[in-house]
Amino acid sequence: MANDNMKQPQREKGSVLLEMRGLKIEGESDDVWHPIIKGIDLTLRRGEVLGLIGESGAGKSTLGIAAMGFVRPGCRFTGGSIVFDGMDLIAASDEAKRKLRGSRIAYVAQSAAAAFNPAHRLIDQTIETETQHGIRDEKTAVADAQDLYGRLRLPNPTTIGARYPHQVSGGQLQRVMTAMAMTCRPDLIIFDEPTTALDVTTQVEVLASIRSIVEQFNTAAIYITHDLAVVAQMAHRIMVLRYGNLVEEAPTREMLSAPKQEYTKSLWAVRGLAKPESPNEDAILSIEHVDAAYGNAVKILDDVSVRIPRGRTVAVVGESGSGKSTLARVVTGLLPPSRGQVVFNGAALPPALKNRDKELLRRIQMIYQSPDTALNPRHRIYDVIGRPLQFYHGLSGAKLEKRIIELLEMIELNESYIDRLPSEISGGQKQRVCIARALAAEPELIICDEVTSALDQIVQEEILKLLLRLQAEFDISYMFITHDIATVRAIADEIVVMNQGKVVQQGPKTEVLSPPYPAYTELLLSSVPEMDPDWLTNLLAKRKVANQ
Amino acid sequence: MTAASTEAKIPRARRSKSEMILRELRKAPLTAWFGMIVVAAYVFVALFAPWIAPYGESEVVSDEPFALWSSEFLFGTDQLGRDLFSRMIYAARNSMGIAFAATAVAFLTGGLIGIVSALLRGWFDQLASRLVDAVMAIPSLIFALMVLAIFEQPTILNIILVIGLVDATRVFRLTRAVAMNVVALDFVEAARLRGEKTPWIVLREIVPNIMPPLVTEFGLRYCFVFLTISSLSFLGLGMQPPTADWGLMVKETATLITYGDITPLLPAGAIALLTVAINFIVDWFLHKTSGLRDGQ
Repeated sequence: MANDNMKQPQREKGSVLLEMRGLKIEGESDDVWHPIIKGIDLTLRRGEVLGLIGESGAGKSTLGIAAMGFVRPGCRFTGGSIVFDGMDLIAASDEAKRKLRGSRIAYVAQSAAAAFNPAHRLIDQTIETETQHGIRDEKTAVADAQDLYGRLRLPNPTTIGARYPHQVSGGQLQRVMTAMAMTCRPDLIIFDEPTTALDVTTQVEVLASIRSIVEQFNTAAIYITHDLAVVAQMAHRIMVLRYGNLVEEAPTREMLSAPKQEYTKSLWAVRGLAKPESPNEDAILSIEHVDAAYGNAVKILDDVSVRIPRGRTVAVVGESGSGKSTLARVVTGLLPPSRGQVVFNGAALPPALKNRDKELLRRIQMIYQSPDTALNPRHRIYDVIGRPLQFYHGLSGAKLEKRIIELLEMIELNESYIDRLPSEISGGQKQRVCIARALAAEPELIICDEVTSALDQIVQEEILKLLLRLQAEFDISYMFITHDIATVRAIADEIVVMNQGKVVQQGPKTEVLSPPYPAYTELLLSSVPEMDPDWLTNLLAKRKVANQ
Repeated sequence: MTAASTEAKIPRARRSKSEMILRELRKAPLTAWFGMIVVAAYVFVALFAPWIAPYGESEVVSDEPFALWSSEFLFGTDQLGRDLFSRMIYAARNSMGIAFAATAVAFLTGGLIGIVSALLRGWFDQLASRLVDAVMAIPSLIFALMVLAIFEQPTILNIILVIGLVDATRVFRLTRAVAMNVVALDFVEAARLRGEKTPWIVLREIVPNIMPPLVTEFGLRYCFVFLTISSLSFLGLGMQPPTADWGLMVKETATLITYGDITPLLPAGAIALLTVAINFIVDWFLHKTSGLRDGQ
């Protein structure tokens, strides 16, 4: 067994396992075939980990699936070749490909929660492929699965398999899925954004487990992600994709230290964004000793006090379950607090939404994490932005239309978008429309709940810049809920760190982001992947020392 | 929404929508076309019944009851000597119109209460759901029979209301379930935070997003209601003579089948053909929109 902390470049690379030449894939929409992959060459050797990065729509998932000789429904191969260990996957029969999948090629999907069958125990799902393909009998398969659980550092490897998918955490589920992929000791595993849906603190554990198990079995892997820092920890070589074309390809260290293409450089951009903090004593909102709970259950918020200065940004940071979204619900009035109060502009806010008048509602607006669900799919942009204008300001007719266009220009879109449905614009544009909807009310405070986490790096940067510009222009205060430290650096004046419903630390950005840290802040900050290929190795070594 | 703003946006919406519908129609499969043509023919016959039918609805035109098919009386006469062909045509009016009204009642009450239940939850949802459970525990035809038996001579309004309300329980269940998925989405919360009232949230945020399953259900429910009315008429508790109704006509001419006369099959066939035609359209619609049902 290889040492976990072994440096990546020392790993031995074998013969060519997978080779794609001039691969072209097309997809159909509205009866028109348009190219998704426009002629890509890819070579993967045994034991090598290849990182595929790019924003959504770059074709990275399509390419990952193509490595199994497969295309999504509505897509087709139109050119090039895929050769896996001497076998042409495009020409191969479905039966031959079916035999390959799950035994020699495995796939780990982004959302483990959606990929597991909730009605079966984890162990049964883990060993299903083996027993189905008749590779092993059930008893040895179970023993092997438990061994894999142990190697993936799952707690109680012998008993965890008896649980159902909903009884383990998201990070654990992702590791069980990796174990499932490993059971047949495949030659190639495709990881499609395996940690994107996880918290930073959980992500570290999953990354470490995946990396060590891939090394132990000398498995080749294709690692798909949009997070450069993550891919830097995992891959020997990185391919940057955009619009179905290869932008740049280089060994990890080379790519990180000297990216050649403009586009590759721009992928770093958000990490370079930093707002100078400026203090302000005048508080627009102060949350005073708030407790909150759903029903009579455990307290979600425990004695939380937060102060938001006028015209500034307070970032609320913490992993999922820390209570940061619940705090937003208390401020908006969706969840009245069981104790304490929220003071807005010097007056206590009525705790429940139904007791707040229109004028008060107008002043506090909210932007959601997922623009896909925050916009009614049947409302055109005109209705989305127009409604708050009618509702709060009583605009109508030509005036209304004029104001909508003004707002569209404010969010850097133009008049041509006015008649579109949300399904006809991109994710970043949808989030802009959500911002315009909030702006239409002319609010004093906007609560931003993870507004950038569903977006690509470059789009994130654009949205953050837009928010900063609007703040400077209209003196809006933001309560910015996030788990991403890079975003915090970019936008915050003050930071509130939350853990398990309590405020762990609170203060100006520079103070919170510089040592000495309280233990939890330290854990959170150190878990954020950095652009250094040795980051994970060093972090694990450091934590190991600390635990001894 | 103010009048001026409605004016400003309608032309835009209408153009794109009619274009879309035309495009979909061109791609419709043969079965859907068959369904649409049959339904259109039925509607035509129902609308213009007095002009198409050679005789009146309950006009006794012959001395001979159960006359055979002839050029004078196309499908013969019934037990009172009324022209069956004319009665078939008038029955299209009654049967289809009443079924449509009953289905509309079912959707207006069941659908609205279903959405409001999903939105408000709490005691309102509990009350409505338990009430519906209680009604659904009794087979619908037996329940309708029981309620209709209270009236000595059930009027058309009675029939529409009773069948509409019994079927509303099924519509309630479906609407509540699909609305539940939509209510959980952020845009509904956003509307609530904006201070929108319940009617606006129901009609503007939720209804447009649950239309596909509801329209599909409307088509299917219409067939069921149609069959229920015909069964009730056959049992003597639905449409009352001398009103023409296909179910009633099957009952009145039923004895003829023992003499090898296929006349009773004609009204039965009319019911069957309409049911099949509507199901073809519904299948097509379901196929077209099933991908949109998640709203994402």
